[in-house]
Amino acid sequence: MATTYQLKRADFIFKNENDWEKVLSNILSRSPQDLINELISSELKGRGGAGFPTGLKWKVASELATQPKYVICNADEGEPGTFKDREILEKVPYKVLTAMVACGHVIGAREGFIYLRGEYRFLMPELQKVIQEFEYYLKEIKQDFTIKIFMGSGAYICGEETALFESMEGKRGEPRNKPPYPTNFGYMGGPTVINNVETLAHTFTIFKYGAKKFYDLGVQYSRGTKLFSVSGDTPKPGIYELELGMSLQDFVYEFGDGDTKAVQVGGASGFLVPRKKFADTAIGYQGKLTGISLPTGGSMMLFNSSRSMYNVLDNYLEFFREESCGQCTPCRVGCQQLLLGIKAVKRGDRPASYLDKLLRLTETMQVTAKCGLGQSVANSFSSIVENFREEMIY
Amino acid sequence: MSPTQLLIRELADKYGRSREHLLPIMQGVVEQESFLSEYSMIEIAREMDLPAAEVYGTATFYSFLETKKMGKYIIRVCKTISCAMKGKGQVIMAIQDMLKIPLGETTPDGRFSLLQTNCLGLCHKAPAMMINHDVYTDLTPEKVREILSEYMKKPL
Repeated sequence: MATTYQLKRADFIFKNENDWEKVLSNILSRSPQDLINELISSELKGRGGAGFPTGLKWKVASELATQPKYVICNADEGEPGTFKDREILEKVPYKVLTAMVACGHVIGAREGFIYLRGEYRFLMPELQKVIQEFEYYLKEIKQDFTIKIFMGSGAYICGEETALFESMEGKRGEPRNKPPYPTNFGYMGGPTVINNVETLAHTFTIFKYGAKKFYDLGVQYSRGTKLFSVSGDTPKPGIYELELGMSLQDFVYEFGDGDTKAVQVGGASGFLVPRKKFADTAIGYQGKLTGISLPTGGSMMLFNSSRSMYNVLDNYLEFFREESCGQCTPCRVGCQQLLLGIKAVKRGDRPASYLDKLLRLTETMQVTAKCGLGQSVANSFSSIVENFREEMIY
Repeated sequence: MSPTQLLIRELADKYGRSREHLLPIMQGVVEQESFLSEYSMIEIAREMDLPAAEVYGTATFYSFLETKKMGKYIIRVCKTISCAMKGKGQVIMAIQDMLKIPLGETTPDGRFSLLQTNCLGLCHKAPAMMINHDVYTDLTPEKVREILSEYMKKPL
């Protein structure tokens, strides 16, 4: 029903604003408590996918007396189907840097890092130039804060915050046990605020225009806008800023090719939504949305009826098998067995009921794996196998 | 001192010798030599006063820190879902056909290595690949042949 169509476009993140010096000096003239309150009242939640309230994160880190503290921008964007952070760092890096300085001011940190994934190495020269501009300005206003780029070297798991710290400390990128959380014990054991690139860019909007402007967009529990990386079978792939809380049906009307069979929301670690559930699915954080609400880091991959969902799942599992750090058994062995398992069912070496065994394995992984990677394999696996079981078998 | 030792010393002077500088130093060696040889890993360990096994363990964790001899130009074709859907298979076949090497191998003249990699974050311009640090998008077999011809003209 096209009459209910209501996809709300927005343009904050990529709006070119040449006044970062003014915005920054205004931010630095305000008290940390004031800034934290502004963030909390905006209800901004982490845009990397996990959705932790950003204001709360800054608040916890600001309350600790331990020094040194760190601000880290997580630019290890590796989720299949996500490419928004690259675009932000390419087009509006000064927003991210402004936010990092603001965070340093709020929590009392003097060092900031951008953990840039190895694949985005080509962004470094330009980014370095903008950082120099910032350092020059900070020196001028006598603000003690440095920003460095730390290059990753091709490991998806390093996007997991504690794995990222390990990597920065010169070790294998293996996630740590939580708690302690990064705000208490992060990089080099210091209190660390680690935010996604997009989250930081949103704080620029919030500090410049006020929390209300942001809060008024979106729906309850899912405030503000979000960048969506749209790819797959769509006539217009790209990055779009939309208000949260939209229905997947509306999304497909806008971006589908008229033959959309399913949408993968949130990348390989997210959920596959089949056509029959489009109308009942909303995009946003858990809350009082109608039907199922799916949070996302912004990856939206569309599949049309020419696609075999078996091939899609096979591709995801291959990805997870390679990117599992191998530290904990449920994930290391689980990912391998899931891949071997669906291949065996497809070949006919295993009966169709073997899929149920594999589903139980993903449940075990969900509760026993150490980090989000192993835990979330169950999301795509169960949503694909349950909705397209026949394609797994025949 | 060998050139490798000199390079490692230079990098260690630049970044520092404590553990958190291990990755930048290894990246610096890969930049120059295209991979981490056993020799260079031992030398890094010596320079940073770390067990060689730790250096090896860290190096092998990261897919961009190759521990096998690589060509001067490392081609990494994205194989993740969006690129797989948009014809990365044909692109790889075109490259294999042109370079006469299978995936994972290096040309006999040491110019090219052909690898697959996971999501490059260019899904809206699929299929995509990297050659060393440079990215190429919206690939077709014709386009990839043109790109490689350019690289073949470059001095080895």
